Amino acid sequence: MTDMTAPPPPSSRQPAPAAYIRHNAAEVLPPPMAVSGPMAWIRDNLISSPFNVAMTLLSAFLLYWIFVPLLSFGVFNAVWNGTDREACIITAARPTVGACWPFVFERFQYFVYGSYPVEERWRPTIFFVLLIISIVWVMRLTAPRRDIGMLFAFVFTPLVSWWLLSGGWGLRPVPTNLWGGILISMIVASVGIVFSLPFGILLALGRRSKMPIVKLFSVALIEFVRGVPFITVLFMASNMLPLFVPEQYAPDKLMRALIAAVIFASAYMAEVVRAGLQALPKGQYEGAMAMGLGYWQMMRLIILPQALKVTIPNIVNTYIGLFKDTTLVVVVGLFDFLKTIEASRIDPKWAAPTTSATGYLFAAIFYFICCYLMSRYAKATEERLAKADKR
Amino acid sequence: MRGEVQKPKVSPLYDPKVRSIFFQVALCLFIFWLFYEAYSNAVDNLRRAKIASGLGFWDSAAGFPISQSLIRYSEDPSVFGAAFSSYGRAFWVGLLNTLLVAGIGIVLATILGFSVGVARLSKNYLVAKIAYWYVEIVRNLPLLLQLLFWYNAVVKALPAVVDSLAFRQSIFLNNRGLFVPAPITGDTFWITGIVFWLGVLGALFYRSYAKKKQEKTGEQSPVLMMTLGLVFGLPFLVFALSGFPMTFEYPSATRFNIGGGISVQPEFLALLFGLVIYTAGFIAEAVRAGILAVSKGQTEAAMALGIKPKLTLNLVVIPQALRVIIPPLTSHYLNLTKNSSLAVFVGYPDLVNIFTGTVLNQTGQAIEVVAITMLVYLTISLTTSMFMNWYNTRKALVER
Repeated sequence: MTDMTAPPPPSSRQPAPAAYIRHNAAEVLPPPMAVSGPMAWIRDNLISSPFNVAMTLLSAFLLYWIFVPLLSFGVFNAVWNGTDREACIITAARPTVGACWPFVFERFQYFVYGSYPVEERWRPTIFFVLLIISIVWVMRLTAPRRDIGMLFAFVFTPLVSWWLLSGGWGLRPVPTNLWGGILISMIVASVGIVFSLPFGILLALGRRSKMPIVKLFSVALIEFVRGVPFITVLFMASNMLPLFVPEQYAPDKLMRALIAAVIFASAYMAEVVRAGLQALPKGQYEGAMAMGLGYWQMMRLIILPQALKVTIPNIVNTYIGLFKDTTLVVVVGLFDFLKTIEASRIDPKWAAPTTSATGYLFAAIFYFICCYLMSRYAKATEERLAKADKR
Repeated sequence: MRGEVQKPKVSPLYDPKVRSIFFQVALCLFIFWLFYEAYSNAVDNLRRAKIASGLGFWDSAAGFPISQSLIRYSEDPSVFGAAFSSYGRAFWVGLLNTLLVAGIGIVLATILGFSVGVARLSKNYLVAKIAYWYVEIVRNLPLLLQLLFWYNAVVKALPAVVDSLAFRQSIFLNNRGLFVPAPITGDTFWITGIVFWLGVLGALFYRSYAKKKQEKTGEQSPVLMMTLGLVFGLPFLVFALSGFPMTFEYPSATRFNIGGGISVQPEFLALLFGLVIYTAGFIAEAVRAGILAVSKGQTEAAMALGIKPKLTLNLVVIPQALRVIIPPLTSHYLNLTKNSSLAVFVGYPDLVNIFTGTVLNQTGQAIEVVAITMLVYLTISLTTSMFMNWYNTRKALVER
């Protein structure tokens, strides 16, 4: 480069045709470092600066520190066969013991059904199947006749499930205090979901209503419920609710938890729906009114379909929260999934050093799969809606 | 009615005003009926169960020990007097414990959450991915599961007292908790305290002076150095000059017991750990969204003006990102405070554990106890959101 910009050397010979034309070849430069391919990727992403190198090393150490013990606990050192604690205790021949999986295998039925009578367990199984069909039918965009799917999920499944699970009409009645495990978690979450959406919509409409008293009550209920922990709502349902109703109508434990879950989820759902309503441009309301639609017609045909569509991701996120919160129903005295694990891990039959950790790992895997799938769905919907907006 | 010709005759059945009044009156009546039924049933049920009502229990002796208390409390009235052993006193102990874990939790969760949120945007692939999976795992597992894990599988699994993890024989960690040296202030320590507060005042004055000076002349002053010097350097100098009037009481471990120093309960550790790690995942997401919300044009414009990268971050990106971050941050702080009620599952004596748990069981006065607990959380929630709204308006975009 330098000899291009430098002044031409004074020449003593006859005037050169062009002194700026160089006579000797330029130095051969090394080929550029790759800008694509794995090496370039590593250079750009992992070792671009000394600080970056330090971060990479730190991260690698962290990964090593997490994954090696986790894998050796869950897989390599884990016990896979056995019938009781003998399989999992530390012996001279086996100084380190990983996860005690036979504990999970043996208690699996209990984790799923709780104390539901063994010969009647086909009924909860049908409930799970109905639940999965409902979820897939409603949530899969390409599913046929999703309107029937909604009816199936929000009317048919709840009614049939309630009959199947509690019995009557030809089935042996099973009292709710025998229900437990994933069954209870799923029931509380599903009932909360099915009821909180309509109640939440009503509360959100109430909060945006022009009628001052309706607005006042809606705001008071929403802010009150959102201002207190779920656990106190559960305490209220379990300790105060029975006092507020005549003695003969006192709800059972499951019903108390369900009432608490529905009240709690409705308040959160109301705020989510309200955000969707606020996101709609005013022209939609004005247009609907100009068409001569009444309030409920306007809401049903114009406003809610659009508002709910944009809030689907937030609705799903509320459901994730509710699903995680179902673990708290144990304060009412229900045996939800986490409680069945808590109850099993201290069972003397399986008392071993790693029983607790195994139980928690199993619970973590279950909850993570459920919640992660839901959050992926919410994310995908969000992206789809954003794409539709960009068009 | 005959005189008003202009007004179209509408049947009162279809008059929106009449309808709205009718509907609201009906709603009022319905809610009144609901409350009345609840009240009369409650009176009935309480009389049948022979449970007292009212706040008479507030001053009666509690008679149960509390494992951690920031204020004087004893289940035995003869130790501190009857006023320090009542249910009312137990309520304050629980409330302070809740505020303690929530306050420390909020500070730590903010630090961790901001770090993870920034790490998620890191150019370093490994750092970004680790932060991503941290957020996903923490947010997709129930808090209760995480708390039980920290308490039962981690804290409880720490070594026993006899083989505590010790750091220089002054900090001990074992399954009884964390033990650190307790500072004991000497006679002349008050001078250092006064100088510290004077330093804080001086730093505040210096900041406003430096700002005015910069606005007038454009000259910048070393605000950070001055602040550090005034708040920490000067008090330390005085502390040293007055002859280091502070000693430490070191925890001493015997074979089976450990005492002295400041002890932190394992329940507190587990709860704090669980809350911080859980909430930090949510804060990280809020921070990431906030930073991403600042459009690239802002950074490019700042660079085009020749502002240095660090200043760009401090003066252009962060102030705008904070506007987006603060509202969700508020709700995560509130969630942490409300989630601290899960203390009841690990046995940390917070408000819910003491009041809605033990006091409710002992007195049976469910309505009063649950109502008071809910009111406390409601007050905390409303004051926090009021404060954060005030802060938010200060930080919000001032539009003409």
